[in-house]
Amino acid sequence: MLLSFAPFLIPLTALALSLVLFGGFVALAGANVLEVYHSIYRGAFGTWFSWQNTLTSAAPLMLTALCTALPARLGLIVIGGEGAVVLGGLAAALTGLALIDAGPWVALTGMALAAMLTGGLLIGLVGWLRYRRNVNETISSLLFNYIGIAILSFLVIGPLRDPETLNKPSTHHIGDSHMLGALGESSIHWGFGYGLIACLILWVLYKRTTFGFAVDMVGGNVRAAKLSGLPVGRTIVLVCMMGGAAAGLAGMVEVAAVHGRANTSLNAGYGYEGILIAFAARHHPLAIIPIAILFGGIRAASGLMQRDHDLPDATSLVLQGIIFLLILASEAMFARLASRRGRAA
Amino acid sequence: MKCSGAFTFNPARRQVLKGIATSGLGAALGGGAIKAAHAISKVTMGFIYVGPRDDYGYNQSHFEGKSAIAKQSWIKTVDQENVPETIAVQKVMESMINLDRAQVIFPTSFGYFDPHILKLAPKYPNVMFLHCGGLYDASKHPKNVGSYFGYIDEAVYISGIIAGHMSKTGKLGYIAAIPIPQVLRNINSFTLAARSLNPKITVQVVFTGGWSNPVKEAESANSLIDQGVDVLTCHVDSPKVVIETAEKRGVYSCGYHVDQSKLAPNGFLTGAEWNWSKVYLDYATMIAKGSQIPNLIRGGFKEGLVKSSPYGKAVSAKAKADADKVRAQFMKGDFVVYKGPIKDNTGKEVIHKGKEYGQTDIWLESMDWLVEGVVGRTKG
Repeated sequence: MLLSFAPFLIPLTALALSLVLFGGFVALAGANVLEVYHSIYRGAFGTWFSWQNTLTSAAPLMLTALCTALPARLGLIVIGGEGAVVLGGLAAALTGLALIDAGPWVALTGMALAAMLTGGLLIGLVGWLRYRRNVNETISSLLFNYIGIAILSFLVIGPLRDPETLNKPSTHHIGDSHMLGALGESSIHWGFGYGLIACLILWVLYKRTTFGFAVDMVGGNVRAAKLSGLPVGRTIVLVCMMGGAAAGLAGMVEVAAVHGRANTSLNAGYGYEGILIAFAARHHPLAIIPIAILFGGIRAASGLMQRDHDLPDATSLVLQGIIFLLILASEAMFARLASRRGRAA
Repeated sequence: MKCSGAFTFNPARRQVLKGIATSGLGAALGGGAIKAAHAISKVTMGFIYVGPRDDYGYNQSHFEGKSAIAKQSWIKTVDQENVPETIAVQKVMESMINLDRAQVIFPTSFGYFDPHILKLAPKYPNVMFLHCGGLYDASKHPKNVGSYFGYIDEAVYISGIIAGHMSKTGKLGYIAAIPIPQVLRNINSFTLAARSLNPKITVQVVFTGGWSNPVKEAESANSLIDQGVDVLTCHVDSPKVVIETAEKRGVYSCGYHVDQSKLAPNGFLTGAEWNWSKVYLDYATMIAKGSQIPNLIRGGFKEGLVKSSPYGKAVSAKAKADADKVRAQFMKGDFVVYKGPIKDNTGKEVIHKGKEYGQTDIWLESMDWLVEGVVGRTKG
């Protein structure tokens, strides 16, 4: 009985415990613990305004988390989400400019496809290098981040710069009529919808298709997968491409829903925060959704912690860190507990 | 101060007046009323910084400005640090408006303006958005948006005079973020000042490619010092690393944004500082009086928007005298930095003989060249 509730109970217990630990930290920093809890609640989930704030913060994180979570099923640790976001955003902006005379649907579809292709190619390359050249995927994807950011800066400061953007170098604007709107009456942009859909589709793909089975098999044992005749190399590259495409789409949303241009604001750390969320969600596409919302909520509440309690911005990082560590530790502890019980039985 | 267009701060005036009126009443009625009156008599101002508020640089300069007005009993300030130039800043502004009831917002980073402030201002017409960066254009932007900025290259010019005097090798070093007009103007003013004393002086520029890149800033500082540079200055968000590296290596340094003399007690010469406390106090006073708030406020030494850091102990009397002389001219408003003939560092004459560009000239704001004597390039 306990085992069937375990997937929910464990992270929830870890969450409760992290709030207690965080309370101790806040008390040491000299703030009123209960009031800080109340502020976190008020800032993240207390009102409809706070919810919109939280969900908007969560939107890019769901997509970038997939960039790490998908290849993780193959046993690969890819941390190149940031590079895929910035290059995806750049590709989206360029496509948006090329399609500036087309209708909004054509332009937005083109932008999304271009961004997904670019992000996909970048992380696909990471997978290919891993498979063909045995290049460590963590190192190569990390380095690709720096290359991606450098390419973006070079192009927006140099050849692609709109001369009007004097002191904040950016590409030309894609046009207000081509901007991605909000969900219904809310101020939450469509990025949140994309994130939800992507998590759901990939969950179905992993759970319910032979492709998902092949991924698990390659992740479990490459030799066994090869002996069974599975196309291992293709699977690795394809899964990496899907992860990169998700992060690239996050870049497209930044351009199409927020900035209207590509500039260095794309390099805002969404890719790196996504890594954290993927690990905290144990690389499960559905679990990414609540974890991303939780972390989005912490981001949204960070302001009130600063403004009402005079706590530094780093306080929210402390809370994130505690939650992250406790969720990971609780999984490990539970695994040990379960195996002991298994032996006893 | 140059003004164009105006915004009258109605809600705040009404609330302040109401506060004053009811507090008299409250005293007669007893304790409860005083408390309520106290709450509505406050003007809430929200400040947003792109980096940490104790960065010894740009963000700290605004935090110091905010702290200066926070003492006023009728002002309530709220502030938030490390807010990126993404949708996050829109959410922070809205959160300050909706949850803290802020009536004036000061988003202090350049990149907060377009698209973020421009998107929110029409949605909250009773809130004033005052942006640091001087981008306001009456023909395009909403009435409740304002802009303020200082001609800090005047103070950088003073640093250049001091640096030119104190350098023995004749090689000065400038560590800069990215080649945009604001940055190039500071580099050029610094160079023109130093070379007005000795035309053999050169200024070596390194662009790090980002506003906050401590590792590259330290590497650049060391490499410039290795090449014989003996006075370093910079234009990045936090000059801390550059100033500390200069001190460690035993060369002189000129600061930027705020006073960094504490970081380099031996080698610190002077620095160009913002004087936001004056700007914010002026705004607060205008709001209190209910007078019109100009949409655009700009100025240099004369208007009190910029200042120089106190001279370090190494600065010679001759250097101080020269610098003070020029500053006096700036204070009078009759010193022109960009006076022809001026050549750029490829040998092309960019300002012809007899031509002058005064401080407020808009042409200077699209600067894309480096003056003769600068070693470095703006394009790849």
